[in-house]
Amino acid sequence: MTILELSALVFAGSIVAGLLGALTGLGGGIVVIPMLTLLFHIDIRYAAGAALISVIATSSGAASSYVKEGYSNLRVGMVLEVATTIGAVLGAWLTGHVSTGAIAVVFGVVLLISAALSFRGHSDPTGDDPPDPLATRLRLDSDYPTPQGRVAYHVHGVPPAFGLMFLAGGLSGLLGIGSGAVKVLALDRAMRLPFKVSTTTSNFMIGVTAAASAGVYLNHGYIDPGLAMPVMLGVLIGALAGARILTRVQSQALRIVFAIAIAAMGAQMIWDGLHGGV
Amino acid sequence: MAATRPPAGWSDSDVERVIGNLLRVGLLIATAVVLFGGAIYLARHGHELPDYRIFRGEPAQLRSIAGIVEMAADWFGRGFIQLGLLVLLATPVARVAFSVFAFVEQRDPFYVGVTLVVLAVLLYSIVGGYFL
Repeated sequence: MTILELSALVFAGSIVAGLLGALTGLGGGIVVIPMLTLLFHIDIRYAAGAALISVIATSSGAASSYVKEGYSNLRVGMVLEVATTIGAVLGAWLTGHVSTGAIAVVFGVVLLISAALSFRGHSDPTGDDPPDPLATRLRLDSDYPTPQGRVAYHVHGVPPAFGLMFLAGGLSGLLGIGSGAVKVLALDRAMRLPFKVSTTTSNFMIGVTAAASAGVYLNHGYIDPGLAMPVMLGVLIGALAGARILTRVQSQALRIVFAIAIAAMGAQMIWDGLHGGV
Repeated sequence: MAATRPPAGWSDSDVERVIGNLLRVGLLIATAVVLFGGAIYLARHGHELPDYRIFRGEPAQLRSIAGIVEMAADWFGRGFIQLGLLVLLATPVARVAFSVFAFVEQRDPFYVGVTLVVLAVLLYSIVGGYFL
């Protein structure tokens, strides 16, 4: 296979990964890495470098349409980014000090957990819950637009969210993913933000976190231009198309099929990581 | 809740709008540069055999900002792709930098401080990463 043929195949595969990432809400990075390692037998560090680039592109691409709607909470995002960026730099540094097999195993476990988390539902808070002292001191409470006008909400659980975000940043740096599932978990569950606020704030944070990891990756030589190009362009196209499809189609059956496919990839990554295949 | 916001000229939605445009323009420039470099790279090297199975790491030139700019100036396709990726990397950094400015405008010293910490970590990663 020549470079041209590989680039074309990786480009096509990345479009599918971007689509799948958008439709499951897991993000393109987490789908494209198993594809590159399991299908194309690319070293996981090159795969992570290319995926991380696609994560930044997808975040910026989605944000430019998100921010117009005014859902994200800039203060919440900025406080938690202290945790994600420091976690990301540490995670990225760690990639140079652990075996690729270990990275593959961690990746597989994160895939399995993410697949399981993609099933959970969400409920928007009512706004009449009592305010949280720490969140009040940090002036995190805000409001968001709904069809019934702007609705105020209280922010909770700052310390557990901060801890989860440190973990999300570490995983992002170690694996080259956006860690969207962990971020939404922290914002949704720990902070009890309204769903739209947590997804848009998470997207905003993903780009900044990935940039923190990408600097270290670049200096470590993980970002190969020949590979990053088709992955970045493919995932971006797939993710933008997926976001459009998502507004029209909401199929539970489809979500189940995708989640099973992602869980299977996770199991394969763990197997390969334990048996020296990665 | 309006009461929790400090009085200032810049509202959160003004900030968001500028940030949205910033990200869109950054992404467009990055994509164009990557496509341009990709065309040169594939035209020159498309027929060669790839080798991503064994990790060697990128050559030193493609790891540093100065090296990348140098390669792009010499019309290397890979230098251009990497330059486009640097532009892409700069967009979230610009977003955080702009947020510092926005919080200064809102006269909110605590969040100016928080945002400066995030900016410092980002810059350390990209520039100071040489020492890791």
